[in-house]
Amino acid sequence: MLIKMWLNGEPIRDHMDADMLLLDFVRRHGALSVKRGCETANCGLCTVLLEGKPVLSCSILAAKAEGKHVVTLEGVQKEAEEFGTFLANQGAEQCGFCNPGFIMNILAMEKELKDPTEEEINEYLAGNLCRCSGFVGQLRSIQAYLKHKQEVRAHEAE
Amino acid sequence: MTKSSRRKRFLTGENGFRLPPMVKRREKLIKIKRYWKVETLEEAYELNQKRANRIIGGMVWMKMGEKQFHTAIDLSDVVSSEIVENEEEFIIGAMTTLRDLECHEGIHKYTDGAVKESLRHIVGVQFRNVATVGGSIWGRFGFSDVLTMFLAMDTYVDLYKGGRVSLEAFSKMPYDKDILLNIVVKKNTMSLAYESMRNTKTDFPVLACAASVRPDEVLLSIGARPQKAVIIRANDTVMKIDRSEQEEFARALAVQVKAEISVGSNMRASAEYRRQLAGVLARRAVMKALVADEQKPMVITDTDTLQTKGGEQIC
Repeated sequence: MLIKMWLNGEPIRDHMDADMLLLDFVRRHGALSVKRGCETANCGLCTVLLEGKPVLSCSILAAKAEGKHVVTLEGVQKEAEEFGTFLANQGAEQCGFCNPGFIMNILAMEKELKDPTEEEINEYLAGNLCRCSGFVGQLRSIQAYLKHKQEVRAHEAE
Repeated sequence: MTKSSRRKRFLTGENGFRLPPMVKRREKLIKIKRYWKVETLEEAYELNQKRANRIIGGMVWMKMGEKQFHTAIDLSDVVSSEIVENEEEFIIGAMTTLRDLECHEGIHKYTDGAVKESLRHIVGVQFRNVATVGGSIWGRFGFSDVLTMFLAMDTYVDLYKGGRVSLEAFSKMPYDKDILLNIVVKKNTMSLAYESMRNTKTDFPVLACAASVRPDEVLLSIGARPQKAVIIRANDTVMKIDRSEQEEFARALAVQVKAEISVGSNMRASAEYRRQLAGVLARRAVMKALVADEQKPMVITDTDTLQTKGGEQIC
């Protein structure tokens, strides 16, 4: 079947099998940051933004993204780099395999929640598993990142 | 046999060699020949009558098993994915995602936050942005938090051919080839609370319990027994207790639940453990609902009269 969608802002037309998952489709088109992890919809490694909302690309047929906008880490390089610095500063990454899905969900959370509490951050990111760290360094980096963004916004408002 | 040929036979699974899990996992779990976005409900209904075809909702659970379909029927264009609120009811389109339900302000207020509590433990936000309410209700899964929660409310389902049916009756109906269109929640006066217990965060519940305190009755919906949720209504002995004696009322109802509930064992918990847990969750949920009930006006016709906790961010 023929499918048309936007991947990281670029229009794409391609033929594919009806049962192709969005995960396989975006990887076929060069978005290799999207990882296949548990394949049971638990780990969050395959998180992409579909029409701005974080979804599990391992659990959605590519056909369902027909005519929609899909964004992967490749499409948010600038924001990802910015947050990546905070992760590194807190020593919050080890193997780095979970980072692409984790960063996509954090960018979605930043847009959705205003000034989230620690509990709200933990709840929003419950679907992202990291087997190396204990999440503590990651939480520190998120809080530092959100604080930095708030300061930037306040500075711009002035 | 040489080492390389043994390795080749092992990897290809020939002659009884078992495929290692990492190799097997690469195969597609779900195989679909044709994906079809229907334009009318009648078209969907006709396609769905064939055994080889299947309606897909969020697909997150369906995808877990090894299944083969000829046509996957997508209802996105013909079944609503929105929540409509009017003075009498909430009409929730079957294609509404669990996340949209969780974040709906009117439902949050009406259910005293119970719907959000029932949904927030389901895996993660990314999962709830995919899974649909219709998929959860139609599946009538034993582990379903959604079914447990909705059974505690005055809920009906709109079926394409079957018309409007109460959710309690629908949960007992055999699976057929109809189409679920909407889930309708009547705005009756009631206070609600939800409690669940999980072995680990984001896992399926070991047991789930939703309590509903109404002017004329008190009922509990208990799910993940591990069979599908059932309703237990407070008996006359319990109802004779003054509701202002909240502790006593909740304890008596917990005793009734422990005596009446039918539970089973699975890898998450034994039947005996579940029976004990049913009493504990029932007591906690009823206490919470009784406290919420005490703080409410007598008749609720407008959800704006209900207050959320100060400054609380729903989603």
